[in-house]
Amino acid sequence: MKQTRTARIIVSILFVAMLAAPVLIKWAAVRHGGSDKAKLDAQTALARHGFYFEEVSRSAGVKFVHQAPTLDPQLAPIMPQVASMGASVSIVDFDRDGWPDIYVTNSGEGSKNALYHNLHDGTFKDVAEEMGIADVNRAGTGVSMGAVWGDYDNDGYEDLLLIKWGRPELFHNEGGHGFTRVTELAGLPSWVNANTALWFDYDGDGLLDVFIGGYYSEDVDLWHLNTTQIMPDSFEYAKNGGRKYLFHNLGNGKFEEVSAQAGINSRRWALASAAADLRGTGHPDLFIANDYGVSELYFNDGKHFHDVSAQTGVGFSPKSGMNAAFGDILNDGRYAVYVSNISEDGVLIQGNNLWLPKEGTSGEGLKFENLARDLGVELGGWSFGAQFGDLNNDGNLDLYLTNGYVSLDRNRSYWYDFSKIAGGNSIIIIDAKNWPAMQGRSLSGYQQKRVWVNDGAGKFINVAQAVGVTDTYDGRAVALVDLWNRGVLDAVVANQKGPLLIYKNTVTAENKWIEFALEGTASNRSAIGAEVTLYWNGQQQRQEVSGGSGFAAQNDHRLHFGMGKDPRLEKAVIRWPSGKIQTLDHPAVNQILKIKEPA
Amino acid sequence: MSEQTTAPVAPPARPVEPAAWKRWLSLDNRYIAPIFITCILVGGHLSFGMLESYQKTALAIMASVLADLVLGRVFFGKWPNLASAYITGISVGILVRSPAFWPYVLCSVLSITSKYVLRVKGRHIWNPSNFGISAMLFLAPETVATLSIQWGNYLLPMMVIWALGSVIIWRLRRFHITGIYVLSFIAFAFLRSYITGSPWQSEIAPLTGPMYQLFIFFMITDPKTTVRSKRGQCIVVFLVAFAEFLLRLHQVVYAPFYALFIVGPAAMLVEMWMDSRCAPAASMGASAGASA
Repeated sequence: MKQTRTARIIVSILFVAMLAAPVLIKWAAVRHGGSDKAKLDAQTALARHGFYFEEVSRSAGVKFVHQAPTLDPQLAPIMPQVASMGASVSIVDFDRDGWPDIYVTNSGEGSKNALYHNLHDGTFKDVAEEMGIADVNRAGTGVSMGAVWGDYDNDGYEDLLLIKWGRPELFHNEGGHGFTRVTELAGLPSWVNANTALWFDYDGDGLLDVFIGGYYSEDVDLWHLNTTQIMPDSFEYAKNGGRKYLFHNLGNGKFEEVSAQAGINSRRWALASAAADLRGTGHPDLFIANDYGVSELYFNDGKHFHDVSAQTGVGFSPKSGMNAAFGDILNDGRYAVYVSNISEDGVLIQGNNLWLPKEGTSGEGLKFENLARDLGVELGGWSFGAQFGDLNNDGNLDLYLTNGYVSLDRNRSYWYDFSKIAGGNSIIIIDAKNWPAMQGRSLSGYQQKRVWVNDGAGKFINVAQAVGVTDTYDGRAVALVDLWNRGVLDAVVANQKGPLLIYKNTVTAENKWIEFALEGTASNRSAIGAEVTLYWNGQQQRQEVSGGSGFAAQNDHRLHFGMGKDPRLEKAVIRWPSGKIQTLDHPAVNQILKIKEPA
Repeated sequence: MSEQTTAPVAPPARPVEPAAWKRWLSLDNRYIAPIFITCILVGGHLSFGMLESYQKTALAIMASVLADLVLGRVFFGKWPNLASAYITGISVGILVRSPAFWPYVLCSVLSITSKYVLRVKGRHIWNPSNFGISAMLFLAPETVATLSIQWGNYLLPMMVIWALGSVIIWRLRRFHITGIYVLSFIAFAFLRSYITGSPWQSEIAPLTGPMYQLFIFFMITDPKTTVRSKRGQCIVVFLVAFAEFLLRLHQVVYAPFYALFIVGPAAMLVEMWMDSRCAPAASMGASAGASA
């Protein structure tokens, strides 16, 4: 009896301790992760993290503010969340002057997109109007959602593919002096509600092809609704989204839509896509991050795409995919894929996915496992665009993530109503009129961004606040680029209903770097799909020129490698899309190498 | 030639027992709920990827079972039947969503321990998993959420679970609890819609999700933490729905858990108080009768 009483007392004490445990764990976590709360101190940031950012858009002459569309009045009660995308950014050197320029999209009806020409002196000038690619959001044609650049006719100048909730557009670059609209000639469809597109040469014929992923069904004109039943039919397995398009480049300025023949038949709600050669076959495989569902991965055999989402492990647990970016984060020559999702304290913790190739798997048997938690990049709020890049030139790829969905009233949240409808049956949630009105409430608004530094030992540490990334806009797209040819990666961030931000990077001079500006000859001239493997200090890192990645974004075509202090640079091996292998022995560090594909 | 050709010998008279196959099929009621919830788990995962991690669910079940074994032995000197601990563990494994592993262990152990520590007059007053999950949601909202997966929002899985669950709950003679709750929820949903102006469909919507299926079939019907009389059970479950209604008006995301957390133990305490009032009276009456 006495023993039982003693046991009861001990267990009761333990019980109270267990109730206190979550509070203590939170307190310990806050103490441990204190560095993220630190304000920017440039010298401290340089010493501790090897870099810091300064937001310089105004001094650089960039005063772009994104406008959201105003859709059919029937959507008015939930307009802020329906009209919540469209801010995008893509990097291009449109006039081949060797300095990267910036193209940003706008989404208000009648609003103008901007092409910021790099003036080489730290400032930019918007030349979109004179180049003929500004006035692209006229009423009746839809509004811009994203843009990607690729030289589809191999004339040496990057052409513009603009995707919209509306009519997609193709603009031919006339030698850097202007753009000609060639949409009809190219054979693009009259209406696609798309949020993702990319250039890639899927069949290796030296001509860039195009993938476009639909979000809303292409039957829907969001300004003139015939029905309010336009929402997803499931929050997890929705298949009533937009169709996918694969446009095969015929080489005469025309494209042929071949998605069905090629094996891409999905109607999931695509928000992001990226392509990279995951198996060393020489053909780019295709990854699609879908909202309201599972991600999709297609292995490409050069002619057909094979849906391997389930067998590779990336297509099982449905989340809210909003980003697809590849990076060789372990410096082992294999790509990880980062997919952003939603996490909101106490309501919904999907967690972002960092898919890494499983040890011992490769080729057709390649499998992935989600190690986002283990590596520390799982929780990023309502995450949107993210990109890998070596921000401090230490030789490891870091991760820049922007986030935040709808920032309205700071003190009133829509999450309760959102969670209520999210649990509903498909016949309820598919109809926009069943959704509770937002009434000015925020939904995961005013969020702090993440800048995760890769410590090279399997962990990413968030240092956003400490390195000067302090904005809380509703971030959508991120592009990484060495804007001023200094050997560092700057970050350009497009915000929904917010300003375009340019975070200028300052990196410790101790860390060395090298960049590759590639130009194809037998391969597509943009060199999209070309791969550089850099070998230094006994390690290697692989990067590939991308025709679009992240969310509604495209990084610079130039590949940037950091190598840390005193690197012994052994060689760089370039594998061109044509299959040619080119090796550069002992290239000098701290330079931008311009390489043309050898004949 | 064989035993079948041997002339039958009349057996001695004894009570008639069901055939072996019938005995095999006649499950002890205690095991019906665990089997049902396991079916939900397996079916949900195979069809909709309900579990992001087998390990976390397994961890929750193991922690729950282990805690019950240890505490049962310490407090009552015997090994407990583990059906209840299994349900607690599996409920935690399904309902808790966290990127970390520790909440699964802590929630399970907390749930089971509450059964042994929070007792009044020999009865535990909180449904274990309701206590554990409510405590975690309240104390660790930055790490813990509940199930987000919604069976694809499709009608068929919902109907199957509702049908199966109803049959099982009927067999356990507790369908009235589920029924009253559902009717009350629907009535209050319309009332909320009237008050807040939200579409009534959005107010009804949560009822169709798996979180509610687990809630109405396993939590509110728990025999150990509901009052004894059928009428009392109906009143209490109505009050749970009413408390949830009030919490929902204040936009509390986890209103059903918190409503049961508040109303369930209160009802138990009231029942005990009423029992204690009746007991002396009954004993006095008995004495009086004896003396007469």
